[in-house]
Amino acid sequence: MSSGSRSCAPHSSQSTANVDENGALHDGQRCSNRPPHDGHARGSSASNSSNQRRAAPQSRQTALQCPSTLRRSSRSQSEALPTTHTVTSGLVGSRRYDAGVAIARVAEPSGSLQDVREWGLDREDLLQIYRNMLITRGVEERGHILYRQGKIPGSFYTGRGNEAASVGVATAMGPQDVGTPLHRDMGVHITRGVEPWRIFAQYMGRADGPTGGKDGNVHMADARLGLIAMVSHLPAMLPVAVGCALAFRIREERRVALAWFGEGASARGDTHEGMNFAGVRQLPVVFICDNNQWAYSTPSHLEYSVEHLADRAQAYGFEGVVVDGTDVLAVYREARRAVEKARDGGGPTLIECQTLRMEGHAVHDDAFYVPKELFERWAERDPIERYRNWLRERADLSDEEDDEIGSYVKRILNEALARAEESPQPDPETLLDGVYATPEDLDTPHHK
Amino acid sequence: MPELTYLQAISDGLRTEMRRDHRVFVMGEDVGVYGGAFKVTLGFQEEFGAWRVIDAPLSETAIVAGATGAAMMGLRPVAEMQFADFVSCAWDHLVTVAAKQRWRVGTPVPIVLRLPSGGGFSGGPFHSQNPESSFAHVPGLKCVCPATPEDAKGLIISAIEDPNPVLFFEHKHLYRRIKADVPEERYTVPIGKARLHQEGDDVSVITWGAMVHTAAEAAKQVDASVEIVDLRTVLPWDKQAVLDSVRKTSKVLVLHEDTRTGGFGGEIAATIGEEAFEALDAPVRRITAPDTPVPFSPVLEKAFLPQVEDVVKALQELVAY
Repeated sequence: MSSGSRSCAPHSSQSTANVDENGALHDGQRCSNRPPHDGHARGSSASNSSNQRRAAPQSRQTALQCPSTLRRSSRSQSEALPTTHTVTSGLVGSRRYDAGVAIARVAEPSGSLQDVREWGLDREDLLQIYRNMLITRGVEERGHILYRQGKIPGSFYTGRGNEAASVGVATAMGPQDVGTPLHRDMGVHITRGVEPWRIFAQYMGRADGPTGGKDGNVHMADARLGLIAMVSHLPAMLPVAVGCALAFRIREERRVALAWFGEGASARGDTHEGMNFAGVRQLPVVFICDNNQWAYSTPSHLEYSVEHLADRAQAYGFEGVVVDGTDVLAVYREARRAVEKARDGGGPTLIECQTLRMEGHAVHDDAFYVPKELFERWAERDPIERYRNWLRERADLSDEEDDEIGSYVKRILNEALARAEESPQPDPETLLDGVYATPEDLDTPHHK
Repeated sequence: MPELTYLQAISDGLRTEMRRDHRVFVMGEDVGVYGGAFKVTLGFQEEFGAWRVIDAPLSETAIVAGATGAAMMGLRPVAEMQFADFVSCAWDHLVTVAAKQRWRVGTPVPIVLRLPSGGGFSGGPFHSQNPESSFAHVPGLKCVCPATPEDAKGLIISAIEDPNPVLFFEHKHLYRRIKADVPEERYTVPIGKARLHQEGDDVSVITWGAMVHTAAEAAKQVDASVEIVDLRTVLPWDKQAVLDSVRKTSKVLVLHEDTRTGGFGGEIAATIGEEAFEALDAPVRRITAPDTPVPFSPVLEKAFLPQVEDVVKALQELVAY
């Protein structure tokens, strides 16, 4: 990340908070105070991509006028056995029908090197993003090998296909911001600076993993890097991140919380309560949906019935954005914009990253339920290949440079693996440690 | 020393901490403008402002999860469930997130959850429960159940000071019925330390919350010297104080308002059996509510809640054993 300039794309709209500085609500002013979103926010700018759906401003009116018709229509189509796959925002997905009308803004794909510079990234930043994506995938590929070697107890999860979404968002976070990444978001840990050897130690349940063997796989986080460890009950960490944002608002700090969830978890009540609270109080939080189209074996049309999950943001009083989650620079641009908007008091944003799950739910799952042709087409949209091509075409990435980066990543991973294998097993004597916090535990910068 | 009700004592403790520590804030449904369903935070929003006394949406999950996140960022949230019964909506965040985060990754979650609990006023199945045993089963949580105004103030302050998630079960039946002198200054009451409500030699009653007063009433009607141990907190619980009392009197009645099966009294009775069997002169007795939801009708609720006469009868039988 370049130091100094932190400019990014200008905000197209600023939501007016319906809570004043004293926290008092202003009933009756909610609608009238909030300016209508301008054309950019509503996606009325000309599309340069033939397969991107764009909602005209009028279409929202249509949605508001005849919701029951749309609902009926959606249901009748979803009940039919799906036979084909639709194409949404450039991604081949599992959506089997057109639910009707989109409300969220559909983000532009990444642009030229000059555009990217305007968003605050210099060439070294671009290469660092590339390295982070490669390390992310490399960590999970090595983890897979460890699992096959029997060195990882339990199960093993990866985020293959989600590297652009996770690295793109994490690159947009400020040093004091916090986040709650999930099991497809290894790229967040890597980008925030978690050392790969500690991740391998975590995978293997060793003493030097961030949880010292008390929890497994990606259930980890380094609080010093602004990360909060996930739990399996998705999306439980989403309202927790809202609470972090509440703390920032109470203390009037210019910090932002990022809350990750998946399209499956969007069906749970935590999502609603968290987003509603964040909207009511216009808290500095950015919701990131990794919509990888399959919640274990359940396709997204059995999880939700709006066109885009980001459309729901409208119902909570903030902006929704749909972005191609395989386009790391577009993800970065939208995340950066949302983070800075939140930092400036503009309230939450919901970003739906339309992404891929290039493997099964976990290593035990061969994902037979995903049509083979989809896997093939997903492979063609591999976010790392896509970014490599962009770097070659737009940022003069040479073969030598690419090889050098590849060797660097390989060396990092080899060293990390060796170091993790030397990490001892946890001492059974430590089992009882730390069930309860001591007053000394609060003697951290967080708790001053 | 001012005389305060149990409810006023909770308010006093809370206000004391909010004045002393700017990190402490209150969040819950109707806690701000309205002052809370039971008026524990009446006048707080005027004194501390709307960002320290936060009227939350009707969202128990967001309240407890939000408190958890804010605590991780260094604040000291005191969240309120309007009724303890509604904590079921926030179970996941207490049990899955708040209770386990310190053990898993070393992140303390210093939150207090205030839980107006207990029956006796026809609140019915959803406004009368005593769910402390459900949470006493969860490593990482603490469960506090004060019985007196003095303890209510000292324990709410201790709960806020504590670096762990503390569930503060405040008994609604005691709110305005119990009055006592409460020190004006700030003080704490240790979590995990029982209190001898009254000393005696013939039989011990181990209890907490509103049942402390039921036991005291019963003790007056029995021709025996009854010792009443007020546990004050059920997680962690003061095992030593219980065993000391049992070894002194050799007869013991465990009394709680919660239902029987899986109630915390079973844990106490089992521990006495394991560690003080030789000291017993009679089988350990339990008086609890029966295994039904809490009924609405006053007649049915009287049949459900342990009554003074039930305790008198059990004490007489123990003494005669």
